[in-house]
Amino acid sequence: MKNSWKLRLHGLVLLLMLPLWAHAAMTIEIIGGAASKLPVAIAPFVGAGDTYRVITDVVAADLARSGELSLVDVSDLNPPLTDPADPRFSIARKRGAEAAVLGQITPLANGQIEVRFRLMDAVKQTQLAGYSYTANVSQLRTIAHKIADVIYEKLIGVPGIFSTHIAYVIKQGKRYELQVADADGQGVQTVLKSVEPLISPAWSPDGNKIAYVSFENKKPVIYVQNMLTGTRRVLANFKGSNSAPAWSPDGSKIALVLTRDDGSQLYVMNADGSGLKRLTFGGGIDTEPDWSPDGQSLLFTSDRGGSPQIYMMPATGGSAKRMTFEGHYNVSPNWNPNGKSFAFVQRSEGRFRIAVMDMATGQVQVLTNTDLDESPSFAANGKMIVYATEINGRGVLAAVSSDGKTQVRLSDRAGDMREPAWGR
Amino acid sequence: MKKTVLGLVIVGMLAGCSSVATKPAPVVDTSAQDAAARAAAKAAADKAAAEAAALERARLASQVNPLTDPSNILSHRSVYFDFDKYNVKDDFRPMIEAHAAYLTSHKDAKVTVQGNTDDRGSREYNLALGQRRADSVRKALSLLNVPESQMEAVSFGEEKPKATGEDEAAWSQNRRADIVYQGE
Repeated sequence: MKNSWKLRLHGLVLLLMLPLWAHAAMTIEIIGGAASKLPVAIAPFVGAGDTYRVITDVVAADLARSGELSLVDVSDLNPPLTDPADPRFSIARKRGAEAAVLGQITPLANGQIEVRFRLMDAVKQTQLAGYSYTANVSQLRTIAHKIADVIYEKLIGVPGIFSTHIAYVIKQGKRYELQVADADGQGVQTVLKSVEPLISPAWSPDGNKIAYVSFENKKPVIYVQNMLTGTRRVLANFKGSNSAPAWSPDGSKIALVLTRDDGSQLYVMNADGSGLKRLTFGGGIDTEPDWSPDGQSLLFTSDRGGSPQIYMMPATGGSAKRMTFEGHYNVSPNWNPNGKSFAFVQRSEGRFRIAVMDMATGQVQVLTNTDLDESPSFAANGKMIVYATEINGRGVLAAVSSDGKTQVRLSDRAGDMREPAWGR
Repeated sequence: MKKTVLGLVIVGMLAGCSSVATKPAPVVDTSAQDAAARAAAKAAADKAAAEAAALERARLASQVNPLTDPSNILSHRSVYFDFDKYNVKDDFRPMIEAHAAYLTSHKDAKVTVQGNTDDRGSREYNLALGQRRADSVRKALSLLNVPESQMEAVSFGEEKPKATGEDEAAWSQNRRADIVYQGE
């Protein structure tokens, strides 16, 4: 049983991805998953033949990628299921489905399409959700991600993150690009090109801006770029290095690292660049600030204790509390949006892996089994963490569920990917 | 059961959908945007280079440039560090002392100390670590009476590796601070 869903899943993912390679999309490989997955049957959305098949495929791929749902194949039923009153509806249940998705697509006179779907409890045969969307045919994937979000939230109880975006840096030869992709690796858009390194992209909370560090002036300088207009401005270009920008949850402030005074130290400024204030005074390395979801505290990396470890301090300044104690290298903290844990990179026996710490108990769980993991970044619902790692000497992006049970690899065939940041 | 009408049409969702923007975000190309700034910088750099070249010719006319003479310790420029360390090891003291002596006797000379790291771990932490390495060399020179006005410490972190490869041989080459003279 376990093996059969895996086979079906791989078949599905390959079918979905093959035609899209031409658009420089990423391929996605799913490894593992939750111990008990909720089985869902997704009947092919009917209407206009196979023209809009991508909607069904994207909904299915999104749900499978979560690692919390498994797909029950009902694609052999012809015509496809659309009505829970259909006597064949019980087949979905017989094949193990606990929920079923039925959908219809209707082309409209104005060239748009209407997509309707119902999420059914396959056991009780009651409707759990029903929605209708009207959209342009250029928005098929967008609509599919929204449908997957609804289904995921109804079945799992937390919002889906299939409509979110991931920013990252890709290096191809000597060129660097800041790109933004959909959470499934498709819809790649380049927002910045440079011949000098780019690091540390950080989303504004409203998802409209990205702050990043560019070396185009032969040293690290922080810029803020508006995603809607494409305009950008220098946020911080003080003497020495300017790096590690992080937006406060309300978007009003940016924490950053400057070396202008003494060592690498934490500072905070208003998002417009005014009101610079120094937060740490150690003279050593304080870097990688990350705001708590309530905006009250910062996690950061410091070598003040003799090795890089993660500390927490009030966002307005003050004394810091050491958070990590295991090992000699714990860096790159990223708060879970639920505020109760954080992800970080832990070096142990020469391996750099993604770990999470439960802040109430101090317990650490290593989530990954690779050697060169970097830059963990939580999805908005706290369920998945995207990070950078290296496979056969090439940088790739991967994601792991916050319980470590599901691993997803996103890779591009041409380029070295790094510095992922999961946005809204 | 009669065919259920999809009653739960959510108007907000409909409105939300039609406003979903899928238009591509504009691309910024740093090489194009900064063309004017680059031209100005290039003109300044060309002028500085011409002046440096003139100085160089004058110097060469009288003697071999000690900074590039392979038999002179001043041609050695790199200080190497251990993993996650930024202390200058004793092996590099003679070289740093030679550069300090040169800088204190050549008040017009200026150096940039460029800190680098291997590519393992956090890029931001490595940027800070590269800065610490550059600062260690700058401070060592300062203790030998080189004025701060003749030095600047910067970091490239792990972004500009000298050696590529995932082994200690490559990593040790990249855990490094370089002394670079202005005009070089």
